[in-house]
Amino acid sequence: MSENIFKISGLTKAFGDNQVLKGIDLEVNQGDVVSIIGSSGSGKSTLLRCINKLEEYDGGTIQYRGEDISNLDLYKYRSKVCMVFQSFNLFNNLNVLKNCVKPQMLVLKRSKQEAEEIAKDYLAKVGMIEYINAKPAQLSGGQKQRVAIARALSMNPDVILFDEPTSALDPEMVGGVLEVMKKLADSGLTMIVVTHEMVFARDVSSKVVFMDKGVVAEEGNPQDIFTNPKNDRTREFLSRMLKEQESQ
Amino acid sequence: MNFFDWIWKIISEYYPLFLKGIGNTMLIAIIGTVAGFGIGLLVAIIRTVPEGKNKVANFFMKIVKFVLVAYIEVFRGTPMMIQAAVIYYGIVRGRMDLTVAALIIVSINTGAYMAEIIRGGIISVDVGQTEGAMSLGMTHWQTMVHVVLPQAIRNIMPSVGNEFVVNIKDTSVLNVIGVSELYFQAKSAAGTYYKFFESFVIAAVIYFILTFVTTRILKLLEKKMEGKKNYTIFGSQSDFKSTIHLTEDKAR
Ligand SMILES: Nc1ncnc2c1ncn2[C@@H]1O[C@H](COP(=O)(O)OP(=O)(O)O)[C@@H](O)[C@H]1O
Ligand SMILES: [Mg+2]
Repeated sequence: MSENIFKISGLTKAFGDNQVLKGIDLEVNQGDVVSIIGSSGSGKSTLLRCINKLEEYDGGTIQYRGEDISNLDLYKYRSKVCMVFQSFNLFNNLNVLKNCVKPQMLVLKRSKQEAEEIAKDYLAKVGMIEYINAKPAQLSGGQKQRVAIARALSMNPDVILFDEPTSALDPEMVGGVLEVMKKLADSGLTMIVVTHEMVFARDVSSKVVFMDKGVVAEEGNPQDIFTNPKNDRTREFLSRMLKEQESQ
Repeated sequence: MNFFDWIWKIISEYYPLFLKGIGNTMLIAIIGTVAGFGIGLLVAIIRTVPEGKNKVANFFMKIVKFVLVAYIEVFRGTPMMIQAAVIYYGIVRGRMDLTVAALIIVSINTGAYMAEIIRGGIISVDVGQTEGAMSLGMTHWQTMVHVVLPQAIRNIMPSVGNEFVVNIKDTSVLNVIGVSELYFQAKSAAGTYYKFFESFVIAAVIYFILTFVTTRILKLLEKKMEGKKNYTIFGSQSDFKSTIHLTEDKAR
């Protein structure tokens, strides 16, 4: 058995009258690649944002390595559980290298030299080392997302949360980002990935979670979910998604 | 003597007065703008601090924020001439050097405008970047200093420059408390021969030259700040195809 990273129980969250999460239970172990799929508005982003504490939740608990995250030091915790966003969220005033260096120096108190070495290492791994002097505005979407991934990796996190990392990209850019993510998965990094890329969910993840209207409607290994979904809503969603993605 | 003779006479007799006026006007405008910028920055940052979990701290912050809003509203909603008179006759009452009092008045007044300008600049930086910073563990303060403010300040440079130009002109109202800025000096120079028109024409030309030159210099600085548009490619040691190895304690 690999070590438990997250144990989420009965997580609830409402925005005003809108009950977005209605009691989410989820376990994530070391090295898991969990794909969260489901239609838009089902609460996937909200779940990730609650895990990163960008959003306060109303009820339930999130345990990280056996500790309730509300008892942990917020900043240290976040540096262990980094997030990659659909809209990249790079720092527009800093070049590629500094985007990856500054957070290390500020949060982890690494020296500039150490931080630069680590950043360059990961920028090379995501294929962006040539662009370390470029500003985000000078990069394509796919390049920005690869920098954002290197920025998260530079923190040497335990887990990376991905919120639809390829949804804002032109189709020809998607492949490069998915390739990097697959490499990360192969390297043993624990990942929680909200995605509409069904092929990635099926072929790369170790566990697929189907969310529907604020609950986990079905979860299991990808083979079971994709070949033999038990829930009607899962079946419906998958056939719709697969049809869409085949037609592209 | 015709108009131009009078102009020449006033200039050649009273140029030390005008020079002193220019000096004071520019001194008050520059220091008032810089100090006002500092005040505005502080006010704007405090106003963007998010609510925390501590109820007492939140309550305290609410009061502070209320006071800051009141400050901004009052100082933007009343003429600086009145502010100068009220502060000088009500609070300072001759216990302070006139120039120092003038600097304080202009700084506080400018601070109220700057606070709103800077807050607008902060809001103009998309929240995604703040979330990006927060999600990696950066604090509100670190995010402000290293990510948001550099962009906010660059975006508002034209407005800040505009405040400076406005200050060059608006220091003229400080004559109500007797500060020897340019308008006050022009009035003094006019008094001897009762040549108000000529003397104020000289003042007008000087004000125009000051604001015109200042505007051009600020435009040049803005261009410089925009920085270079290209970037240099760094080496080509990309090993995109390699596998990624995490540091020891992460990989299994
Ligand atoms: N900050 C917010 N304020 C109010 N409502 C929100 C906010 N964020 C998300 N929601 C609502 O929560 C629901 C779930 O959103 P989200 O978690 O983004 O879904 P998904 O990522 O699955 O598409 C939606 O109805 C959305 O409108
Ligand atoms: Mg979403």
